[in-house]
Amino acid sequence: MADQPKPEGKAPTAPVPPAAPKAPPPPPQAPATPWESGLTRALKERFGDQILEFTAQHGQEFLVAKPEAVIPILGYLKSEAAFDYLVDVTAVDYPKRAERFDLVYVLYSFARNQRIRLKTRIPEGYQPPTATDVHLTADWLEREVFDMFGIEFSGHPNMRRILMPEEWEGYPLRKDYSILRQDEAWVRQNLGIESAQ
Amino acid sequence: MAEPTFLDSTEMVLNMGPQHPSTHGVLRVILKLDGERVRGTDCVIGYLHRGLEKIGENRTYAMYVPYVDRADYVAAVSNGLGFCLAAEKLLGVEAPPRAQAIRVILAELTRISSHLLWLGTHCLDIGATTPLFYTFREREFIMDIFEKYCGARLTTHAFRIGGLQYETYDEFLDECRSFCEWLPPKLEEYDRLLTGNRILIGRMREVGILNAEDCKAYGVTGPMLRAAGVKWDLRRAQPYSGYENYDFEIPTGERGDTYDRYLVRMEEMRQAARIVRQAADSMPDGPIMAKVPKVIKPPAGEVYVSVEAPKGELGYFVVSDGSTQPYRVRIRPPSFVNLQALDRMARGALVADLVAIIGTIDIVLGEVDR
Repeated sequence: MADQPKPEGKAPTAPVPPAAPKAPPPPPQAPATPWESGLTRALKERFGDQILEFTAQHGQEFLVAKPEAVIPILGYLKSEAAFDYLVDVTAVDYPKRAERFDLVYVLYSFARNQRIRLKTRIPEGYQPPTATDVHLTADWLEREVFDMFGIEFSGHPNMRRILMPEEWEGYPLRKDYSILRQDEAWVRQNLGIESAQ
Repeated sequence: MAEPTFLDSTEMVLNMGPQHPSTHGVLRVILKLDGERVRGTDCVIGYLHRGLEKIGENRTYAMYVPYVDRADYVAAVSNGLGFCLAAEKLLGVEAPPRAQAIRVILAELTRISSHLLWLGTHCLDIGATTPLFYTFREREFIMDIFEKYCGARLTTHAFRIGGLQYETYDEFLDECRSFCEWLPPKLEEYDRLLTGNRILIGRMREVGILNAEDCKAYGVTGPMLRAAGVKWDLRRAQPYSGYENYDFEIPTGERGDTYDRYLVRMEEMRQAARIVRQAADSMPDGPIMAKVPKVIKPPAGEVYVSVEAPKGELGYFVVSDGSTQPYRVRIRPPSFVNLQALDRMARGALVADLVAIIGTIDIVLGEVDR
């Protein structure tokens, strides 16, 4: 993540003398270690190079997989490894990266008392398959990801906005959506005021 | 298809809310009805959406702590606790033991106050007016403690990243102890008033059943999951803030209906009071703030940290890019996920039962919509 600069460089820096412009040092990175266990070996055996990495950071384990392998892995984890509780589905936007979004699935297993994350990187416009066939709870969680990031899940039974008004333009949690931005036409038409700011 | 007779009724689509006293805020439920029977529901939410996650990306870590209190505003302390723990994990610091014990006391008092508010309004929903006044009387005791501790009653901003800002006031521990003495007899009073009450049982037994399997499939946590018989509580499963040092029971139900959820929450209040008393009796001395830099700049990385909030698992997924502001804050609200199971519980129920079912989920719309 160190190579992901903020889209709006707003970190105020002290005025630098023009003679010696220095590149800011890269931000420190939390140490990450490879994650190895019986589970990762089983996953490696079953999915091979579809899983790109197994990592532990801050004592929390996650794996990064190719987008098309996500649903099979979720299904495998649920049926074979007792990860039967999908805690959360969310996304992170990295607009400078070719694969723009990180899609994050947080999983928990009651039987193992273990929490892992499944991550995948997807480009803009890619329609990841829905996880609703594996976990019912993905329904609203994926709708929220669609609402906030504009990631459309293919095969989702009800791919509509959930928190924002249905006709709203833009996806608020994308990094290129300024915090001051709003759908002014919608605000004028529906609220009868010039601006909501 | 058979000839329609005068006994058949046509399906009707009806709007409940967003302005409706039993939806506990601005929840709109579109109902498909066959007479009094609910055939399907569709929740329309987002009326209270304030973009809390977007705000998080535009504030520093310390500035964002008071914002999270506005998610579940009747249990603000739990929200703050979750976010502070997440930021502390990113920084690699831990609050000192005394700060952790005070945090536990305040978090458990919040649990009691949240459950008391739920009890009062839930009873009001299903026709009992009096309990609301009783529960608000008890809740006031807790609000007073909060007010004396940090100056605010609801959106407390009680915790800081790395510990606490305020040392406790002089009578803090005594007042917590006397509250724990005072509460159980009041709960017994509720028991006599409500637990064996035929009308209440009639309104809650076998209403809104959600079994353990469905709970897991829908990601439902908290008292709803425990009422379905799953003995799972994050404070026990993955202890944080020193919960492993306290002795408490995890109450469970059997049938997973509204009545079991009522019993589970009643017992949780007793257990929370037990924890408060233990924490007050074993309160360590020492600093209340860990060594945290003035400017909080966690190294780049990401964490998911969750706590057992009164409503269920409250999680924070925080991504840091090494700057002073979080790159991404995701709040995983228990109410939002639990509300999703409404349709499953409501199908086939009566409209009057729907009111009880919405109440039993214990939603706070501030948290659903964020």
